[in-house]
Amino acid sequence: MKTWPEQFLAAAAAMLVLTGCNKPAAGPDASADIIKVGEFASLTGSEATFGQSSHHGTQLAVDQLNAAGGVLGKKIQLLTEDNQSQAGQSATVVRKLISSDGVVAILGEVASSRSLEAAPICQQNKVPMISPSSTNPKVTETGDCIFRVCFIDPFQGTVMANFAGKRLQLKNVAILTDVKSDYSVGLTKFFKEGFLAAGGKIAVEQNYSGGDKDFNAQLTAIKAANPDGLFVPGYYTEVGLIALQAKQLNLAFPMFGGDGWESSSLVPIGGAALEGDYFSTHFSPQDTTPAVQAFAKDFLAKFHEPSDAMAALGYDSLMLLADAIKRAGTTEGTKVREALAATKDFHGATGNITIDPARNASKPAVILTITNGGFKYIETVAP
Amino acid sequence: MTEFLQQLINGLAFGSILALIAIGYTMVYGILRFINFAHGDIFMLGAFAGFYLAPKIAALMPLPSIAGTLVVLGISMALCAGLGGLIERLAYRPLRKRPKLTVLITAIGVSLFIEYAGQFFFGAAPKKFPDILPVWQVTRIGGLSLNSNQLVVLGVSLVLLLALRFIVLKTKIGTAMRAVSFNPEAAALMGVNTDHVISFTFALGSALAAAAGILWAINYPSIDPLMGILPGLKAFVAAVLGGIGSLPGAALGGIIIGVTETLVSGYISSTYRDAIAFAVLILILLVKPSGLLGKKEIEKV
Repeated sequence: MKTWPEQFLAAAAAMLVLTGCNKPAAGPDASADIIKVGEFASLTGSEATFGQSSHHGTQLAVDQLNAAGGVLGKKIQLLTEDNQSQAGQSATVVRKLISSDGVVAILGEVASSRSLEAAPICQQNKVPMISPSSTNPKVTETGDCIFRVCFIDPFQGTVMANFAGKRLQLKNVAILTDVKSDYSVGLTKFFKEGFLAAGGKIAVEQNYSGGDKDFNAQLTAIKAANPDGLFVPGYYTEVGLIALQAKQLNLAFPMFGGDGWESSSLVPIGGAALEGDYFSTHFSPQDTTPAVQAFAKDFLAKFHEPSDAMAALGYDSLMLLADAIKRAGTTEGTKVREALAATKDFHGATGNITIDPARNASKPAVILTITNGGFKYIETVAP
Repeated sequence: MTEFLQQLINGLAFGSILALIAIGYTMVYGILRFINFAHGDIFMLGAFAGFYLAPKIAALMPLPSIAGTLVVLGISMALCAGLGGLIERLAYRPLRKRPKLTVLITAIGVSLFIEYAGQFFFGAAPKKFPDILPVWQVTRIGGLSLNSNQLVVLGVSLVLLLALRFIVLKTKIGTAMRAVSFNPEAAALMGVNTDHVISFTFALGSALAAAAGILWAINYPSIDPLMGILPGLKAFVAAVLGGIGSLPGAALGGIIIGVTETLVSGYISSTYRDAIAFAVLILILLVKPSGLLGKKEIEKV
């Protein structure tokens, strides 16, 4: 993770680049040899580690493509805007990217709530948008210009419901949902449907609001309901604290959740309290598929840190876009949109991606567990 | 029954941290009739002081240990006391003779300044607060879990509250504080250096906020530059509920808010937690407009 001064310098540099290219953009043919791609990400704020990872993955894809001669003979230029993980910021920065920078496509975001802010704007302007890792179904329902390279909550919720019922042999599960997050509410809904359909029972449902630090009240109520497992479809910032407080209250059953758990900040906060817990995600660098290994190696070489799901999805979002632009033979919005919609069996770092009629990615999920302070690959579940 | 008792313990532990922050609010209000909105941010700085101090202290003495925790707590409190005095000197003293509203807006400005300067210097991502307190076996009595951290919070809050009471009621500077609170002009005519007294009040309040920040971080070891906003707001509510200007009132208000919120989260839904906490505030203020213990001149420091 970059420190603040570095981020500041990077932002300053980005601003210089922006002002530098705004002037030639006024001329008719100056922008002919570059393709501008806009990215909005949570580079700072509460979900900064997600945003940073995703951005690094996207950056790696840009560098690789440009080193290989670019797309349609043009270099790709990535314009990145930070929304500080705050509600309301994404709409502003995406409007700026489209209207004043004139990007051909928008990439972003990790959090579903913030993708939902940007999607209507992209749709109105007919600019294709690819979300790397927003899993809430509503994101692509906004309109025919909105795509994603990750699987969606129904799939992830069902995968975890099956995993809890079959592999963990759980019968009576408690759920702790972040009611402030569309992602968490969606995952709870689909987990519940899947788990109930498979004959399981929901012991109790409790809520919290993202940003909370004290979960003792909810966990005490959960303990009283005596479940044999706890589903926490939240983000790593709270999951670590939830695990700690669950341990202190002597809750002796496994916790499991979705891809919101995957972050290098999860284990430092939750520590030993997270041992033996599970979560579903998009990617594991321990997966031995050649495409995964190649990506993991390049990422490590460039950023000197191991890759994670957000990085791989950020990488795939740009690679998928580049692939569509190549097939369309142009950067014109409607043509790129059609090419994106026709994507079939694209070999990404997160598995083989086919874009379905609802513009979602049909692809496998992986399940990881936390052992000895690290993530361990358990299994891949095909769609 | 076990569940209810457990919820009460949870609420007491949460409430006693709020109480510690609320005391800082109420003390400054008692002297200056002014809400120091930057108080929640001093709370955050206290936690970050602990975060950066802990590795340095660990080099000198074993950590986690109780002695080490006290050293970290003491130095953080001293640092924040100095900072609180400095903020008063730079931001509030030049406005002493201006309308109250000017100072209030300045306090909001100071608060935002600290939050965003914090994001710049510390980074916006949440950080893990180091384990400075030894992990004790959690005491279990008939299905109840009593966390040692919660006990420490209760204990430290109580000790600090008593120490504060002693300072305000039994020492010379405390007498001066009460005199300034009663009538600043008359106190000045009697030879009380009001500037000193006001600076001291800010320093004392900031030290308490720093202590609360460390205790909070020990219990919820994920700290970030915006962590002070919500607890600060809740502590302010607690201070008003207890009767702003009253020290025992602030402590009582903190406990009431903490227990109410915990019970609402546990038995109703955390979605309505804040709404119900504020409903309780409104109800109490309807019946007692000056807050629970906010009688005239009582304990007003």
